[in-house]
Amino acid sequence: MSGLFEEIHEQPAADVPTRRVSITVNGDKRVAQVEPRLLLAHLLRQGLKLTGTHTGCDTTNCGACTVLFDGKPIKSCTMLAVQADGHEVTTVEGLAGASELHPIQEGFKDEHGLQCGFCTPGMMLAAKALLEENPDPTEDEVRWALSGNLCRCTGYQNIVKSVMWAAKKMQAQSAS
Amino acid sequence: MIPAAFDYIRPSTVEDAVNALADAGEEGKVLAGGQSLLPVLRLRLAAPALLVDLGGLSQLRGIREDGDMLVIGAMTTHAELAASSVPLLAQVAATVGDRQVRHRGTLGGSLSHADPAGDLPTAAVALDAQMVLAGPHGRRTVAASDFFVDLFTTALAPDELLIEVRVPKLQGWQTHYTKVGRTAQAWATVAVAAAVRRENGSIAQARVALTNMGPTPVRASAVEQALAGVAVDGDAIAAAAAHAAEGTAPASDTTASAEYRSHLAKVLTRRALLAAVGR
Repeated sequence: MSGLFEEIHEQPAADVPTRRVSITVNGDKRVAQVEPRLLLAHLLRQGLKLTGTHTGCDTTNCGACTVLFDGKPIKSCTMLAVQADGHEVTTVEGLAGASELHPIQEGFKDEHGLQCGFCTPGMMLAAKALLEENPDPTEDEVRWALSGNLCRCTGYQNIVKSVMWAAKKMQAQSAS
Repeated sequence: MIPAAFDYIRPSTVEDAVNALADAGEEGKVLAGGQSLLPVLRLRLAAPALLVDLGGLSQLRGIREDGDMLVIGAMTTHAELAASSVPLLAQVAATVGDRQVRHRGTLGGSLSHADPAGDLPTAAVALDAQMVLAGPHGRRTVAASDFFVDLFTTALAPDELLIEVRVPKLQGWQTHYTKVGRTAQAWATVAVAAAVRRENGSIAQARVALTNMGPTPVRASAVEQALAGVAVDGDAIAAAAAHAAEGTAPASDTTASAEYRSHLAKVLTRRALLAAVGR
């Protein structure tokens, strides 16, 4: 792994081809010099120290590494950092405001939507994308929207409840 | 898991992409949405020296009309296709992978990858789609039935790109895709694409194609022949669907035995046809 850190530091080894990427992460423009093989998930976690994005399965199954890419949920372990050049990325660190939690975070707290918490960042970002597209989803629609996110504690009942809770709260907020 | 090192380019024209592939020879690999390629690279099942990223080719994204045909750019994502009104392909695209994968994965990538469990290759075969390929010596069009050659193998030369897919509008046809997988996001154990054109209360023409019943998607010709001219009737459709596994060569693996796949092919063919005709 040690080579990887060099790739995303400012002075990479001379014989490794690198690319300069500029990515807007949670509203801030971030610039990094990366090896083309560097995955977006690794740039976020190791390069930018945004460790809220988890890497679970490394095989595009579990969805723990889900981030929003130009507002759409994607798996950041299945995207190269160079592919994100010039785009916007939102990670779980970008969910809460300065002083208060995002309603989705409140929902997961209130409805006990997490047990070990490993899948939670990905679940919340997938839920955010759903609620932006469909503010009043049925339980079934929530389950389908989260079908790319696995919870190995199998706490799905409360995860779905948390998203439904957040949908209600966000609807009440936009109505008021 | 970290891929082996490679160089990377992101051309802005098809010509530049094709030339880069021609220069790279066997060492080049095309990156579309990356939802199949990046897992392969991470597992180091492949270690190309150069990735040619098509992400900068916005001209390959989108759907346009051309007479009786719809022309779909190869870089159109599954999510974009799912939101469109392209017959059969829209419904099939909505079943690929999961929401995250559908935002990145592309039609051209899925077809070029040619996974025997892939959904879009089957839809292309069912629709008699035409694949438009660009290479260093110009363009050529290949029928879907000739495009899929073997397991993960297509008619694409190493220096060729799939740039667009042409499908008939199929006005007056009814279509449906039925899939069985172990979980919501799983690859198809078996799936069936059906398209039916009715005339005066009977089936004038039917197209049926099968997913994961062999190394490439296959047409269920015996079913299509058995359906021609029969009444739109549950018994007649069930009798025709009983031929679905004829001439197929499904694999046995940890998900299902060949026998079970053959059984599924018959059941799902009946269900897909009934759903297509609204029964």
